[in-house]
Amino acid sequence: MIHFVVHEEGDSVGTVVVEGVKSGASLNGWIMEQDKVVEMRTASDIPIGHKIALKPLAVGDTVIKYGVDIGKVVAPITTGEHLHVHNVKTKRW
Amino acid sequence: MINQDTTFLGYRRENGRVGVRNHVIVLPVDDISNAAAEAVANNIKGTMALPHPYGRLQFGADLELHFRTLIGTGSNPNVAAVIVIGIEPQWTQLIVDGIAKTGKPVQGFAIEHHGDHDTIFRASKAAREMVQWASEKQREVCNISELWVSTKCGESDTTSGCGANPTVGNAFDKLYGVGATLVFGETSELTGGEHLVAERCATPEVRDKFMTFFNRYQDMINRYKTSDLSDSQPTKGNIAGGLTTIEEKALGNIQKIGKKCRVDGVLDKAETPTSPGLWFMDSSSAAAEMVTLCAASGYAVHFFPTGQGNVIGNPILPVIKICANPRTVRTMAEHIDVDTSGLLQREINMDGAGDKLLECMLRTANGRLTAAEALGHREFVLTRLYESA
Repeated sequence: MIHFVVHEEGDSVGTVVVEGVKSGASLNGWIMEQDKVVEMRTASDIPIGHKIALKPLAVGDTVIKYGVDIGKVVAPITTGEHLHVHNVKTKRW
Repeated sequence: MINQDTTFLGYRRENGRVGVRNHVIVLPVDDISNAAAEAVANNIKGTMALPHPYGRLQFGADLELHFRTLIGTGSNPNVAAVIVIGIEPQWTQLIVDGIAKTGKPVQGFAIEHHGDHDTIFRASKAAREMVQWASEKQREVCNISELWVSTKCGESDTTSGCGANPTVGNAFDKLYGVGATLVFGETSELTGGEHLVAERCATPEVRDKFMTFFNRYQDMINRYKTSDLSDSQPTKGNIAGGLTTIEEKALGNIQKIGKKCRVDGVLDKAETPTSPGLWFMDSSSAAAEMVTLCAASGYAVHFFPTGQGNVIGNPILPVIKICANPRTVRTMAEHIDVDTSGLLQREINMDGAGDKLLECMLRTANGRLTAAEALGHREFVLTRLYESA
């Protein structure tokens, strides 16, 4: 069972693709571009479709997904934590 | 799944274009004519009215877009014949003349000096003849390169970017390879990835035109915005589904143009492409607006990848819904044509998903109704540029 997918190696985030992911759960992740499997433990409940941080991120850091910049961190994030509008914002508008 | 010799069964129109549907439409020029148009469509079974809220006191580029959209809708090869109804004869004739360039049957009726009842009487007589004529049209074998395919995503979430959208990209790469005519758009939704689209432009002229339209849209947003657009773009639905920033949404959006397609040309809203290949059309990211523009531009089939579950269709353009979100394909099953949720569980690969979409495209082209068509979703939404005078 794949619990989260990562677009490519080097991305700071994965996307949860199953329902019911709870804090502390051990998840299988699939890096799609390189076709590799990884494991990770969650640090929060994460709804289906939402992102999980693959590494710790500090305020001001750039979030990388698809190998490119998708926004800036506005609150500190630990590995395995839920990453969304409460801790990441756009740089464009 | 497809190659240079793949065929489908289509309706060849007078101007050589091929359609996959055979609609007879009753097209109001303006909001005043909606009631008469709907009455004609009620009288003559097999016709379809396209009511809308605009068409009076528009001016300038906004009026040109209005005319271009109506003429383009009537000219679309999925349409066999058209009745046009307007309040006054001159703008009505303008629309009729525009559609008549395709060679298809088209007649106009003005309500002024006649009233609704006499207009409905005269238009119904003409519509009856058109419907009986159109009902004898037969499909013929056509090469895959004659199919025009558009795409726009909607109610996206993160499964769009890693599932449904790259499925469209895989299919687009294959269609590009056999000489089809394709289009993508949603100008503001490329924000954060516009440099990636610019890199795919075939020539410096195309790149410049693309960046001009992209910057024009950014300027408009910057002029009118009152916040960082969170809730509007991305939408609340996008955010509930996990999309966090416009940049992230843009990268997901861009997956729809695959890896091999070049961007061969740039269109303004509702303009018609002049050669095969992939075109970028300046357009809203609002679903029904953009699909309406694709139909006006002349496209025959639409790929609509969704995450959270978008439900819209179009009166004349069959909309195929693709979804990779396992919760959506379960809870909104009646709206989904192609389920690619297996992609995210590694049960199928991207080539398999792309082929699954192309198989559905061929069945749709050959006559299979999409979910949106079967459910009666016929959203016809005109794009406005500014207030009426």
